Amino acid sequence: MSQVISEQKRKIHPHKFTLWVAIGSILMMFAGMTSAYIVKRSQASWLMIEIPMMFWYSTATILASSVTVQLALKSLKKREMINYRRLLAVTAVLGVLFIVLQIVGFGQFAAQDIRLVGAGSNASYSFLLAISGLHGIHVLGGVVALVVIAIRALNSSTRSYSSVPLEIAATYWHFVDALWIYLFIFFTWMK
Amino acid sequence: MSSETISHGHTEEASVHSHDSHEAHGHDHHHEESFLSKYVFSTDHKMIGKQFLITGIIWAIIGGLFSVLFRLQLGYPETSFPVLEDLFGKWAAGGRISNEFYYALVTMHGTILVFFVLTAGLSGTFANILIPLQIGARDMASGFMNMLSYWFFFLASVVMFASLFIQTGPASGGWTIYPPLSALGQASEGSKLGMDFWLISMALFIVSSLLGGLNYISTILNLRTKGMSMTRMPLTMWAIFFTALLGVLSFPVLLSGAVLLLFDRNLGTSFYLSEIVVKGEILPNEGGSAILFQHLFWFLGHPEVYIILLPALGMVSEILSVNSRKPIFGYLAMVGSLFAICILAFLVWAHHMFVTGLNPFLGAFFVLLTLLIAVPSAIKVFNWLTTLWKGNIRFTPAMLFSIGFISLFISGGLTGIFLGNSTLDIHLHDTYFVVAHFHIVMGVASFFGMFAGVYHWFPKMYGRFLNNTMAYIHFWVTLVGAYLIFWPMHYSGLAGMPRRYTDWSNWQSFNQFQDMNRFISTVAMIVFAVQILFVFNFFYSIFKGRKVTSTNPWGANTLEWTTPINPGHGNWPGDIPEVHRWAYDYSKDGREFIPQTEPIGADESKH
Repeated sequence: MSQVISEQKRKIHPHKFTLWVAIGSILMMFAGMTSAYIVKRSQASWLMIEIPMMFWYSTATILASSVTVQLALKSLKKREMINYRRLLAVTAVLGVLFIVLQIVGFGQFAAQDIRLVGAGSNASYSFLLAISGLHGIHVLGGVVALVVIAIRALNSSTRSYSSVPLEIAATYWHFVDALWIYLFIFFTWMK
Repeated sequence: MSSETISHGHTEEASVHSHDSHEAHGHDHHHEESFLSKYVFSTDHKMIGKQFLITGIIWAIIGGLFSVLFRLQLGYPETSFPVLEDLFGKWAAGGRISNEFYYALVTMHGTILVFFVLTAGLSGTFANILIPLQIGARDMASGFMNMLSYWFFFLASVVMFASLFIQTGPASGGWTIYPPLSALGQASEGSKLGMDFWLISMALFIVSSLLGGLNYISTILNLRTKGMSMTRMPLTMWAIFFTALLGVLSFPVLLSGAVLLLFDRNLGTSFYLSEIVVKGEILPNEGGSAILFQHLFWFLGHPEVYIILLPALGMVSEILSVNSRKPIFGYLAMVGSLFAICILAFLVWAHHMFVTGLNPFLGAFFVLLTLLIAVPSAIKVFNWLTTLWKGNIRFTPAMLFSIGFISLFISGGLTGIFLGNSTLDIHLHDTYFVVAHFHIVMGVASFFGMFAGVYHWFPKMYGRFLNNTMAYIHFWVTLVGAYLIFWPMHYSGLAGMPRRYTDWSNWQSFNQFQDMNRFISTVAMIVFAVQILFVFNFFYSIFKGRKVTSTNPWGANTLEWTTPINPGHGNWPGDIPEVHRWAYDYSKDGREFIPQTEPIGADESKH
């Protein structure tokens, strides 16, 4: 019987598997976006993008949040519930902070008189906004998932120590983190 | 078997039905379900499948009716129909369909049929109903996501339906919504609010399709019952699996394109717009590329036609084998050709763009890859014909529609070889030849697959049969009618008659086709009437059809026929059956059929 169990353990949880397929799907969307960007970049009237300083800070924030979500998972597995909730909250706050920093970063363009949208805007900066904005929405989705997990952990009448939901959320969180790193390098590289 | 529950029996509630798949006590004792949880917010895959089907049927009636309306205009351009003005007001002033109305009708006909009927209505229905039943699972990997998938589709439907009633009318730039027309509200009535509704509706639709697709993939890969290896799965499962894969990888790219279009429409960006003058007004947009949209659109758009076609291919393979009482010929070749079509689907999108100024050198590669699709398609046709060959054929309505499907797939596929050549395409592009091609091979053929599926699995869905007499009338009129409608269009297309024109009466070279157009319109109306007969048959038979008395009315091998006649939520009252063989042991060792659940006998011959 123990052999059967270990065999089952090697099999991936269907929800986790679903997430991996979903990640593939999201990747296709950003692949579509960045290839459109590359095509557009090779055409006339392209402006070189200046990455605002704030994006470095937001990058550091989202990297840090990846660490905290991993620590939260570790705490949950060790049943350190207070730590777990704290780290979950920190991760969610870092996620929101990331989005705020991104928005501040885009605000800096206005100060430099660079139009992102509307008359006089250039597709290069519009792309930066569209792609980062789409990414931000995905981060926001991760925040919502964390909040739902946190509320469930506080409210549920039966104590559940299943780590599967958080494992799924953490994988997703690392994914949006890695996705941003990719986009960040992409924008720096492909001005 | 029971030890499997130990390892993962304590997971989330959403997956409860999938995880206790091998539990001994089963699911025959149900908690009382309210009307709302049983028929509306159901998480039972069978109910969700029926919701998709019935929503799809309603859309098909609307989309079909639109084609009747614009065929009326094409067949009788000089006649006035006062009733149209009564019904549609300014859109049909003087009893004649206005140009704006015509474009709106054509656009909505395409959008509705391609996305709402043949994507959601076809794969939504049969993926949901068949996957858990044929692989031996209690339900989908996530019943909740599955429910969301339907309700996102419902929301998308509501938004699209609402767009039909706004003052400036629905989107009218063609179902491909090419910018700049679709990006500029001042360019046409349909590019105003209607276009925004179209984009919002499609975004919701994409979410629905992704939620569904993710679920189909992970259910097929993770929740197969004991003994159901991938190569023992019925071909329907393979087809639906590849369909879902195509959708999951291509729809997000359409979403990207749509997001950029929304930016251009509402935020004044210039992704697709450059140096445009509309009605004397010079627009400030600079540096955009309309071709960029076409690339993003057709990267979805081409896989989309296979998303429509593949479920039909799978169901037809299954139904042909069951009703020929013969194993499917070349099972692995069938799987391999599905896979090949799936890969090629992503590599041929630019064949829709031969006349956009695409580099002819690049075009040559797309020609080659496009023509390569003929190879797996021919393998499939060959295997279907050899499955029929010397079979003990039962001409049930489902079987007739399957055979009709093969006929349409061949005739429509052959014209694809014409169009796949970039040189021929210069002449044929945007003519009625294209209309004839894709209606036969994608539209009508997939509809035949869908009808075959409905006739074949209706007993499983509702525990009753559809009426056979009506079914045979439905089949023969539709088959003959489809050819009478679309065959002549090849000739006018070769003569150069362009699509998207409301009226050719002032066009000397195409006047000669007026009688033919009238003929096509007449047949189209008859065929539409017969589809209404089918709809009547469908709803009548749900309540009054002949009752199914045995669990396996077609004598089929697959697992869905081992469930009770009206299976509850959880599908099998006891254990989920174990599978011991592939799905196609027909007429073997002197037996007519051997279900998948039967262990291999000691002296059994190999298949």
